[in-house]
Amino acid sequence: MTTRMFGQSITRREDPRLVTGAGAYLDDLAPGVLAAAFVRSPHAHARIRDIDVAGTLDVPGVVAVWTHEDLPGAAAERLPMLLPHPSISSPHTGFALARDHVNHVGEPVAMVVAENRYIAEDACGRIEVDYELLPPVVGLPAAREAARAVHDETPDNVAAHHVQTVGDAAAAIDSAPHVLDLELEIERSACIPMEGKGVIARWNSEDRTMVVHSSTQTSTGLRAALAAKLGLALTDIEVITPDVGGAFGVKINHPWPEEVAVACAARALSTTVKWTEDRREHFISSAHERGQLQRVRVGFDDSGRIRGLDVQFWHDNGAYLPYGVICPLNTSTHVLGPYLVPDYRVEFWSMYTNTVIVTPYRGAGRPQGVYIMERTMDAIAERLGMDRTEVRMNNFVREFPHPLGVIMQDGAEGVLDSGDYVASMDKLRALVGWEDFVEFREQARAEGRRVGIGVACYVESTGAGPYEGGHIEVETSGRVNVFTGLTTQGQAHATVFAQIVADELGVPIDQVHVTTGDTRKMAYSVGTWGSRGAVMSGNAVHLAARKVKEKALAIAGDNLEVDPGDLEIVDGTVRVKGDPSASMPLSAVSVLSNPLRYAFDESAKAATQFARPPAPGAPPVTPGRAPGLEDQDFFSPVRSTFASGMHAAIVETDPDTADIRILRYCVVHDCGPMINPLVVEGQVHGGVAQGVGGALYERMAYDDMGQLLNASFMDFLMPFASEVPHIETDHLETPSPLNPLGIKGAGEAGTIPGTAVIAAAIEDAEGIPIRRMPISPSELWQLRRETADAPAPAAR
Amino acid sequence: MSSEPTSTVRLSVNGVDRTVDVPDRQLLSDALRHTLGLTGTHVGCEHGVCGACTVQLDGRPVRSCLMFAASAEGHEITTVEGLGNGPDDPGPVQQAFIDCHGLQCGFCTPGFVTTIDAYVRENPDPSEEEAREAISGNLCRCTGYQNIVRSVCRAAELVPEREEDA
Repeated sequence: MTTRMFGQSITRREDPRLVTGAGAYLDDLAPGVLAAAFVRSPHAHARIRDIDVAGTLDVPGVVAVWTHEDLPGAAAERLPMLLPHPSISSPHTGFALARDHVNHVGEPVAMVVAENRYIAEDACGRIEVDYELLPPVVGLPAAREAARAVHDETPDNVAAHHVQTVGDAAAAIDSAPHVLDLELEIERSACIPMEGKGVIARWNSEDRTMVVHSSTQTSTGLRAALAAKLGLALTDIEVITPDVGGAFGVKINHPWPEEVAVACAARALSTTVKWTEDRREHFISSAHERGQLQRVRVGFDDSGRIRGLDVQFWHDNGAYLPYGVICPLNTSTHVLGPYLVPDYRVEFWSMYTNTVIVTPYRGAGRPQGVYIMERTMDAIAERLGMDRTEVRMNNFVREFPHPLGVIMQDGAEGVLDSGDYVASMDKLRALVGWEDFVEFREQARAEGRRVGIGVACYVESTGAGPYEGGHIEVETSGRVNVFTGLTTQGQAHATVFAQIVADELGVPIDQVHVTTGDTRKMAYSVGTWGSRGAVMSGNAVHLAARKVKEKALAIAGDNLEVDPGDLEIVDGTVRVKGDPSASMPLSAVSVLSNPLRYAFDESAKAATQFARPPAPGAPPVTPGRAPGLEDQDFFSPVRSTFASGMHAAIVETDPDTADIRILRYCVVHDCGPMINPLVVEGQVHGGVAQGVGGALYERMAYDDMGQLLNASFMDFLMPFASEVPHIETDHLETPSPLNPLGIKGAGEAGTIPGTAVIAAAIEDAEGIPIRRMPISPSELWQLRRETADAPAPAAR
Repeated sequence: MSSEPTSTVRLSVNGVDRTVDVPDRQLLSDALRHTLGLTGTHVGCEHGVCGACTVQLDGRPVRSCLMFAASAEGHEITTVEGLGNGPDDPGPVQQAFIDCHGLQCGFCTPGFVTTIDAYVRENPDPSEEEAREAISGNLCRCTGYQNIVRSVCRAAELVPEREEDA
């Protein structure tokens, strides 16, 4: 009996390549081709009066210099608004190269193409841009105040305004026994993958086609966008995503200005041009996320049950809005968490500022929503003098499906489809030792130490549509090729999709080879975002494998002269159930699936016309059955499936220095049945590290003039191993009813409650309300001083 | 064509003596990647913080983005490619990363492998805490370091085993 691969913690099939230096990341490809470098705006807000490129012409090795006026046709028009939404009143996007205005430091203004990057950067230094400086709008307070506008056409700086209501929140709050108001803030952070963005465009002048390699999260999306920008037939351009050194959301936006400009240059020069983003470029010209100001009003009863919740927030979307309102929409729909909120109103404004654009970063607005609700839960518990887990327990949704009454990012109403929040909380309390903490705190206090514990719960809509596909072909060697269109940035797709296909097709996993993100192999796909890879492509390859299996059984049934229903595939061999002697290998089925005229090798002889004449009067290819042992299928869910989880953290704060240390970090996680627990654990670990970074270390330090002061790894404090605590995990596997495999997404979960749980633990240690995150030791020290004169809250 | 000043540099890379002509200002990381085609060494920040570009210089880990190629004259360089025999025969530290799921996107991994290889040779039996300390100069954005710490301890087991076998 073959072991089922689904659920096995097998090691990753991609690793031998990656650990030995044999990976092929974008900058590893196409050695020696022309390199592009960009002149970027040093100003946050300015009008371009003139660009003088004359100085570049005598730099040896320079091939071409481009400004906006060199961009042809649609490439000179604004970049697309990718995600239109009714709430967007003022959609502004930028240009591939700035036309007449720059709206953030780092915006591309000119491009140099040269023999190599060193020379291209030399030449960039010779380009003189004459700017007329305009006062910038930096930060949400300035955007709201609207004394100045980012875009003249939008004097109030409001890009989008959106309201969703369930019931009558105001009335429910007014009639509630208790009411609380909270003002909250969360600052900017960013994905910061170890590999920046990059693109290689190769124009083939012989057949006038283009092949683009990009470290994108959507090769099909980029292909369509570049075809539109370059005026190419879709069939004349292909996009391939090679190994990608992390993404976390930032590589989903497309086309990036550089992708358009480099592709234009490659075609104009009839050659190959490469651009590899450097670290400073990534900080000032990719994308950030998270920054919001939030206002909460909640009404609740004596047991802490929420009667009504009214949330308003302002979301900083930066200079342009190419990715629409996905992040604030996620915030607004994920506030509700695992809780029953009978009456809810949420209103948000997405605001322009003269800073880097804002697009999804792992969690994509969800961490802010969880922060809103979990800060609120703790405030309710504090007001009522109740245990914080008890307040949450009293509010949990316990019956499924549970419709939320709000429309999600996929256009469908959110419905909590499955989960067991009570069991999750029980597990978390046991894992962290919630009951024992009182004693631990007393011990610590006796030693002059200050410790606190926090808890945060979340749900996450995962596996959003519209669809993904799988195409599977079995070669005559028995090799199984699996193609799915979404891309890979470290999620072990080559392993987990192979596990799924190996099970369904009945072949050894070593025979299964997965290719992702290559439009030549699978032209229909959406992309990798929103914890959807396993749910969408996992189910798609599962369905495709089922179809290939049915085809294999039909062909083998014809040849073994048995009913296909009596056949099974085990270890790559089709055999009669209960009679393994009547069998044929899948490789032989593949040979027979494709009637041949020409025998290309020994095995192929079996499929030629005289070796296997068709039945009298029948065509060689059975009607309704295409040649080849291959097929494809697509998975398109009716709605997103909700994963869930709960985190607990114990922190210690230094009574003198306010240094903050995480002593323990516990995770209970439910993404349904796990395809590969090793991989899921890894996703949780990485997510937690980004959550910790976002809570304690990472922020985008803009000055009043819109200069990003910490655009380097020296100054942006990404956690090293010394900053990330040991992570303790436990799992529930509550299956989803929304897809054949019953799975839910796992990619973002680890990050989502990070800020909320750390804030809760610090608040518990300090007895000071924490309303602004991230928090540094100096900020905590300052908070202590500010609250020193105020009456101290009773120590728990 | 460009007319930059260049130097002829003689160095040993992964046990092979090489002579290369490089622009004087070319970083060692770029020379390894673009001139010698050893693209396993990755560039994550170009200011010496992230450690992705770490190679061994005469057995000691160094940041190849903080050195000119010309400065490597006469030295022995070991890159990630030199610490195993390719995907079909990974070296012991590389195998430890496979065993422990010590990587996700894999971009930072070469810098960890070169760092840890040097570390476990001098510290054959690290505690978990020491293992964590040993990798605290390299950035990884995917793994949260949990399984890299495990990889260090696993590497400490595998390196002497492999050397005994050899």
